[in-house]
Amino acid sequence: MKNYLSVLALISLGAASVLGGCGGKSSSSSQDAGELYVYNWGEYIDEDVIDLFEEETGIKVIYDLFETNEEMYPVIEAGGVTYDVVCPSDYMIQKMIENNMLAEINFDNVPNVSQIAPEYMERSKAFDPENKYSVPYCWGTVGILYNTSMVAPEDAPSKWADLWNEKFSGEILMQDSVRDAFMVALKSLGYSMNTADEAELEEAKELLVKQKPLVQAYVIDQVRDKMIGGEAAVGVIYSGEMLYIQEEVENLGLEYDLEYVLPKEGTNVWIDSWVIPANAKNKENAEKWIDFLCRPEIAKMNFEYITYPTPNQGAFELLDEDMQNNKAVFPDWDSLDGCEVYQYLGDDTDAIYNNLWKEVKSN
Amino acid sequence: MSKKLLSGPYIAWMIGFTIIPLALIVFYGLTDRSGAFTLDNVLAIATPEHRKALWLSLVLSFLSTIVCLVLAYPLAMILRKRNMGRGSFVVFIFILPMWMNFLLRTMAWQTLLEKNGVINGILSFLHLPTQSIINTWGAIILGMVYNFLPFMILPIYNVLCKIDDNTINAAKDLGANFFQVLVHIWFPLSVPGVISGITMVFVPALTTFVISNLLGGSKILLIGNVIEQEFTRGSNWNLGSGLSLVLMIFILISMALIAKYDKNGEGTAF
Repeated sequence: MKNYLSVLALISLGAASVLGGCGGKSSSSSQDAGELYVYNWGEYIDEDVIDLFEEETGIKVIYDLFETNEEMYPVIEAGGVTYDVVCPSDYMIQKMIENNMLAEINFDNVPNVSQIAPEYMERSKAFDPENKYSVPYCWGTVGILYNTSMVAPEDAPSKWADLWNEKFSGEILMQDSVRDAFMVALKSLGYSMNTADEAELEEAKELLVKQKPLVQAYVIDQVRDKMIGGEAAVGVIYSGEMLYIQEEVENLGLEYDLEYVLPKEGTNVWIDSWVIPANAKNKENAEKWIDFLCRPEIAKMNFEYITYPTPNQGAFELLDEDMQNNKAVFPDWDSLDGCEVYQYLGDDTDAIYNNLWKEVKSN
Repeated sequence: MSKKLLSGPYIAWMIGFTIIPLALIVFYGLTDRSGAFTLDNVLAIATPEHRKALWLSLVLSFLSTIVCLVLAYPLAMILRKRNMGRGSFVVFIFILPMWMNFLLRTMAWQTLLEKNGVINGILSFLHLPTQSIINTWGAIILGMVYNFLPFMILPIYNVLCKIDDNTINAAKDLGANFFQVLVHIWFPLSVPGVISGITMVFVPALTTFVISNLLGGSKILLIGNVIEQEFTRGSNWNLGSGLSLVLMIFILISMALIAKYDKNGEGTAF
């Protein structure tokens, strides 16, 4: 999911994928195995996996990228290009299910789904109540990253409320996305991150407005590089970035360490899953694709490339012990007690969130 | 007949890439999610946060236009003096960065201005106090001026080059001092270039969202950011289009200004 490229890279990749997409369409495939239109996040697959899949099945893959769930949705809805398999996040999958945009997956064609650890199928029920439409691909948490040399040990953040500590004035990087920003505020107030209660949201907004003077910047993918560069002391970040950060800290020989904390109040657990749109033309190929990605060795390849935690038990077992015990990447389920998955709240509530966020931003 | 055929691709281009997209924006802007006619999206500009964003955009783009003008006018005069020879080389130097991607150049400014960025690195090496303008108005104005300055220089330079030396000399012969020549000769004759420079800086500065995102740390919400958010995050194309229509009013005003002052198209940049 949140492994956004830099704006520039995205635009150039987007252009490349558009060109690629066009090329794919115009050259009518002569192969019997047919085609598969895949729509995925940028940098969200090891590209060798696509080649391996094409080689093995003879299916021609047309691979396009999107940057946000919200950008993906209207494309699928409009149906100008019919994608066969898409990888949205939890709440967006729920929205697509509610709007009848997804096809039920025929799990007879996806035997490898058994490799997905049962916890994740259980968690998925928050947005796909009967596990009929989605197969988990990556997951992760949102937490606080802090710089051990810029934060005194007694100030080390352990909860969301610590992001209102005035000592961090100008040193805080917040996520520049509505749901994540409100999640931080709502959780620190002890509310659900899926609340639709206007009084609670108003309170969260006030809190975010109060925090704004302390915030250095609202960013998305730049949290990672800014934290590595020592630009800020604390940042809100996705757990999937941790492997890269740990490697960089080591490679660059930095004199400080970056620690990842799961806030006490509980945080967001997100799951990105493969789904098949209702208007898919190559549904069986899509199921082959999902099945292929669920193979432990393929899932391991993807994990090593994406570095976001994999829900694939088989792949997890193939990893070396150090990695398995890396709690920043694979936290214990017990530590995730207060955590929630984002749910789709309906267009009206979404609009309330968006308006309140604009009020925060324009303040 | 053959002339009509030749114009075919251009007509197709204009219809496909100008008229239809504009019509779509008008359509989305004047309908709600269900497709019913409404003015709400356009009137939404009056809500406090949109009004604030629009006002801030107007202020910032006005300030950067002024800075551009103040920087560009003397430069254009200097370039004119060195006309032909080294002058055109200098113009070339000013255009050169435009060959690089606009986003890359703005991101480079981020690296320069950051707390541990290049400029602060040099300053602290020299034991000078460090600056902290990243994520402020100042950084955004700097980004706007840097990116749009060539669009101010070129039209003014073009128009100044067309002023006959004899006109200037005549004024001087008649006893006008430098400021009188500037106010009564240079400036009135260069108005078309100045106006087109102003619009070419003001309009993109008014609608930008990239500069404020990258150099403002997303803490400063401009009207361009609001529109971008509605399209990419909020999934509310109707509101985004409605607000774009409001912005278009400002663009139309600029075009009307050009039409009024630059009847012969003298001040165009290229």
